[in-house]
Amino acid sequence: MSDKNGSFEPRIVAFLCRWCSYAGADLAGVSRMQYPPNVIPMRVNCSGRVDAGAVMKALEKGADAVLIGGCHPGDCHYVSGNYKTRRRIILLKRALSEVGIDPRRVHLEWISASEGGKFQKTITSYVDLIRSLGPSPVGLAKGQDSGSEETEKVAVGVADAE
Amino acid sequence: MATPRIGVFVCRCGLNIERTVDTQVVADALAEHPGVAHADVYDYMCSDPGQVKIKDAIVEHRLTGIVVAACSPSMHEPTFRRAAAEVGMNPYLVEMANIREHCSWVHDDRGDATEKAVRITRTMIEKVKGNHPLEDVQIDHVDKCLVIGGGIAGIQAALDVAEAGFEVLLVEKEPTLGGHMAQLSETFPTLDCSQCILTPKMVEASRHPNITVHTYSEVLDVSGYVGNYTVKIRKNPTYVDPEKCNLCGDCTEVCPESTKSEFERGLAERKAIYIPFQQAIPSSYTLDEKTCLGLHPLRCSECQKVCEPGAIDYDMVPEILEEEVAAIIVATGYDPYPILNLAEYGAGDVPDVIDGLQFERLLSASGPTGGEVRRPSDGRVPKKVVFVQCAGSRDPENHNSYCSKICCMYTAKHALLYRHAVHDGEATVFYIDVRAGGKGYEEFIQNATEEERIRYLRGKVARIFREGEQVKVWGVDTISGKRVDLDADLVVLATSMDPHPTTEAITKTLKISCGGEGFLKEAHPKLRPVESLTAGVFVAGAGQGPKDIPESVAQASGAAAKAIALLAQEKLTHSPEVVSIDEEVCGGCGVCVGMCPYGALSLNGAGVAECNEVLCESCGTCVSACPTGAAQLKNLTDDQVREMIEVALANV
Repeated sequence: MSDKNGSFEPRIVAFLCRWCSYAGADLAGVSRMQYPPNVIPMRVNCSGRVDAGAVMKALEKGADAVLIGGCHPGDCHYVSGNYKTRRRIILLKRALSEVGIDPRRVHLEWISASEGGKFQKTITSYVDLIRSLGPSPVGLAKGQDSGSEETEKVAVGVADAE
Repeated sequence: MATPRIGVFVCRCGLNIERTVDTQVVADALAEHPGVAHADVYDYMCSDPGQVKIKDAIVEHRLTGIVVAACSPSMHEPTFRRAAAEVGMNPYLVEMANIREHCSWVHDDRGDATEKAVRITRTMIEKVKGNHPLEDVQIDHVDKCLVIGGGIAGIQAALDVAEAGFEVLLVEKEPTLGGHMAQLSETFPTLDCSQCILTPKMVEASRHPNITVHTYSEVLDVSGYVGNYTVKIRKNPTYVDPEKCNLCGDCTEVCPESTKSEFERGLAERKAIYIPFQQAIPSSYTLDEKTCLGLHPLRCSECQKVCEPGAIDYDMVPEILEEEVAAIIVATGYDPYPILNLAEYGAGDVPDVIDGLQFERLLSASGPTGGEVRRPSDGRVPKKVVFVQCAGSRDPENHNSYCSKICCMYTAKHALLYRHAVHDGEATVFYIDVRAGGKGYEEFIQNATEEERIRYLRGKVARIFREGEQVKVWGVDTISGKRVDLDADLVVLATSMDPHPTTEAITKTLKISCGGEGFLKEAHPKLRPVESLTAGVFVAGAGQGPKDIPESVAQASGAAAKAIALLAQEKLTHSPEVVSIDEEVCGGCGVCVGMCPYGALSLNGAGVAECNEVLCESCGTCVSACPTGAAQLKNLTDDQVREMIEVALANV
């Protein structure tokens, strides 16, 4: 998260699978499609490589949200990695709700190598969404700066964990 | 591990990066990053002087790893890895930070883009710090190639690979080689007789000492990996021994059962025991089990009784062959868009509305009418023929959205051949626009419209229906804006090209992908048009997308060249960034074993997981599933990912 000119600018980490979403992001670049700079992309071979630990780590280290990009169902370069991710993310979202983190802070999107436009739209709308959700309660809770209900609930969790 | 000494090389890419990213600021910021021993900026890192700069720095600063902050790794990763290897650095200690496609090209605020470039590059610095030098995995391979599909593309690919000295298995599911090209009368733009140019190739393929042809056969299963695929092929029984069959045709004469001929596209009947066409390869009859009264002497056995050489054997059973191949060329071809989907054009309801491939049979000397154009309903010679282009193409609301590419040309050819056959006949063509890109194609169309007096109407047909003996065509001329009502004797729909119905199943078997339209997907639409994303599997012909004969042949030769390049290597290599299992940590739960889509993981005698590096494709899904963290991807471990996340988010 970063505040610039007083307004909240979310900081988002994106795990992009090499064959579809990362290539889709490349295509968005080649096509000079503009989108907000809030997302730091990281390349993984398959969305199936993205484990809950990495997502939680990102949230813990101050990410306001985590985006995961994979191949469309049926198109996974590694046959079925994206299906496994889908299941894992559903579970993870449930766990996030339990600890009081808005599950929308983790998002899985299918973006193919030919969908530069979809990549652009996804980033743009997701940054807007997270901007409207406000800073991650994890970061705020660590700073003991209680504010929203989301933050208070997480503050208890963070205190317990530490 | 020794203290890392990482070099960072920030590329300006002319102005491509520099315009929105202040590369000097990036380099200065990263020079301060822990572990960075050297940071530099240059106009084009990929140029020779740029590479020399990197190589010199590796030596001078005794670097332990480098990050090139430039374009997408899909562009220049091999360039920089090779350059580093030239001065003795292990290529797996070289990484790229993508600050062009993912940063400078997609942002306009220089401050924001510069900050993001720093973050992106920092993640890659952390990755390199955790990287280990690796050696490519070496794989032995067999010397055989499988070609799936015996149309012109498959035949060409098989011949090219065989000519290079490698063994080829050519598998075709129909009883003969030839594909759709065998059904064509003449080919545009030269009007050569299709069978006359195809059949020599069919014969050559069947006689070639390096080619084994399996017709009436299907690929059931493919397992393994590049260089060592195991394929299972089912050879369906034809109930006729091709060695004994002498093509006398007595069996067909006595056979009491008939069905619509696939080869004649339903315009004629064939018997249960039949040969698709006279030049079929293998030149032998096939007994179609579904149409036959029953494969038992008590049911019928007329054909067996008259077969003098005793070629008919009702006891034949499907044969399952298992073969090892190094490479696979998929040439599954196309099928015309199902005419029954075109109800607005009366298809299925009006017998004198036919598709282009049916018209080819009517034009063909070997066809059901002996080359005379006669309409299906009453056998009369049609005096007025309407050709409808884009039937099922370029119609995203109702049918296929794409252009089928060959229909403009084959319609012009149809109209022209029709005018040659019926001199007083009128030919009218409805078109959206005429696409004639190709050598001699435009001239062919010009000739058809000007010399042959074929009427081209720019417009769409709304409805086709039957009225008495006539076919009514209602449409609109979009140039004059007027409604057009035509009476026709015959309507020929230039139907769209669909991927062959078997395509989807074969892509699942091969674990390759299809594009949105169902055609085989190539690895890169421009630069890797004959490869699939699965190593060792190549694509060719109309199965990959609508194309004409010369393009299919060219792509087939391209795919063959790729397969030959693979077969000719003494050993194949495989990325070493595979999964490793920490035996000390592994609890032997076996979760990873079930996760692996390649069967690369197993539990060994000691009860811990073990990874077969040759089979592992590095997806890492087992890493995510491993409850203990024992399974790790080399050079992208959980620890590395954590460090990368941390620096991506830390303040700049």
